Amino acid sequence: MATQASRAAGRLMLSPAVILLLAWMIVPLAMTLYFSFLRYNLLMPGMEEWTGFDNYTYFLTDPAFFDALTNTLLLVVGVLLITTVGGIALALLLDQPFWGQGIVRVLVIAPFFVMPTVSALVWKNMFMNPVNGLFAHLAKALGLQPYDFLGVAPLFSITLIVAWQWLPFATLILLTALQSLDSEQLEAAEMDGASALSRFRHIMLPHLARAATVVILIQTIFLLSTFAEILVTTNGGPGTASTTLTYLVYVQSLLQFDVGGGAAGGIVAVILANIVAIFLMRMIGRNLET
Amino acid sequence: MARAASPRRRAVTTVIAWAVGLAIFFPILWIVILSFKSEGDAIRPPLQVLTSAWTTHTYAEVQERSDYFRHFMNSVIISFGSTLAALAIAIPAAWSMAFVPGRRTKDLLMWMLSTKMLPAVGVLVPIYLIFRDTGLLDTRTGLVIVLTMINLPIVVWMLYTYFKEIPSEILEAARMDGAGLRDELLYVLTPMAVPGIASTLLLNVILAWNEAFWTLNLTASKAAPLTAFIASYSSPEGLFYAKLSAASTLAIAPILILGWFSQKQLVRGLTFGAVK
Repeated sequence: MATQASRAAGRLMLSPAVILLLAWMIVPLAMTLYFSFLRYNLLMPGMEEWTGFDNYTYFLTDPAFFDALTNTLLLVVGVLLITTVGGIALALLLDQPFWGQGIVRVLVIAPFFVMPTVSALVWKNMFMNPVNGLFAHLAKALGLQPYDFLGVAPLFSITLIVAWQWLPFATLILLTALQSLDSEQLEAAEMDGASALSRFRHIMLPHLARAATVVILIQTIFLLSTFAEILVTTNGGPGTASTTLTYLVYVQSLLQFDVGGGAAGGIVAVILANIVAIFLMRMIGRNLET
Repeated sequence: MARAASPRRRAVTTVIAWAVGLAIFFPILWIVILSFKSEGDAIRPPLQVLTSAWTTHTYAEVQERSDYFRHFMNSVIISFGSTLAALAIAIPAAWSMAFVPGRRTKDLLMWMLSTKMLPAVGVLVPIYLIFRDTGLLDTRTGLVIVLTMINLPIVVWMLYTYFKEIPSEILEAARMDGAGLRDELLYVLTPMAVPGIASTLLLNVILAWNEAFWTLNLTASKAAPLTAFIASYSSPEGLFYAKLSAASTLAIAPILILGWFSQKQLVRGLTFGAVK
């Protein structure tokens, strides 16, 4: 039905968004790529020179890189595990009929709207602080030794904080998916004598699989860029105990002023994120057909 | 799904669900409580905190000592500014993709999505240097530009899924009745598109308000929004529990309220229409 004229108008309406996004993506990425082959330190301006793959060799063989990679994986996998399993459990619970459903739903979703710096600082100080934190007070009341969460197990503590922020997201999406399940199918299975467990395993879980995959992929994209939570709690420490890839690149480029090394790290991060992105894009693309 | 549940089962579920809900919400509740306590009372054991005197003094002190309102205004300007800019660019684009789809529309949508997957650290260095050289570092304009660009793909996608639901038969009917392009836009499409645009605006303001990678890396003090302001409490100042609580409560309250209105849009916006 589209005429020649409306096609031209359509293209005109589309072009600002396309051109801006293209520029936003290509210009900085090309610059990062270029910097990654330079010896370029902000403290020594005018000393830039071509170094080939030196920055990559240096970045990839740095023991901090291996730590950061492991930490990134542990953080992402840990948060995913807590949020998907917890999300499914919560979605099943909230899907049951009970009094005050609307209010409880609102309470559960709330953490998602708390800005990362607030949630990280509140957990760090008001809860995990080994002297005045709530957990320390509880431990003392029970006659136990207070546990220094961020000092002894920094990565695990950050995982808990980030999981608290993302649990609502997983719950909300899984609940939405659960509510789109045909209730007649469940009733039929119930009439045929299927137990609650087998109804969950053979009807609900397959139905949730798709939503769970979406949750995992989208969270992975966001979790790979976790930054504020680390910055305000541990600064990546002690040592590199809670340094992730994102944080390592930040330290290298903005704290050590090593633009070349930071850029090489940035490119490595882009490549890793792309591997995840390909899977996510396939899923969303498949959905677009229907 | 209205399956019959026995009153006893319903009562048990109610107790469990409320307990879990309150546990998840508790950290937020706790900072609200602490924000109404004096500094000395806020670090006492929990039961003593609850029984100590209530005060609103801390709020006044936060504003006085750190000029809270200025950071709040920075957040408002940055989040609304970037959202409105993104809408202005995205509405025509989403419009044309939904109503005049071409052969490559799908590829274009997927490509836009892919730009969102680019990790921020990948472009941190160049953006930082460009901003430093153009004087955009620590300015609200600079942050509006960055947040507009990082949220543009989500805005286009959300609008596209909403516009796609407007039946094209309505357009044909309007044309049959002799409506010109201008009437079509003004009286037929716009009223139908407003709810979708409003939802997109809401979700995007929330995302921009809470964005904490670029706002932390590109501001120092002048243009610092609330994310950066709160981060400044990570220094030993964080030990001032009551003040940190009051500042935090003020920073999250507006978005918490907006967020509760946007639950449905959240699912749709953040899953790019993959879950509805």
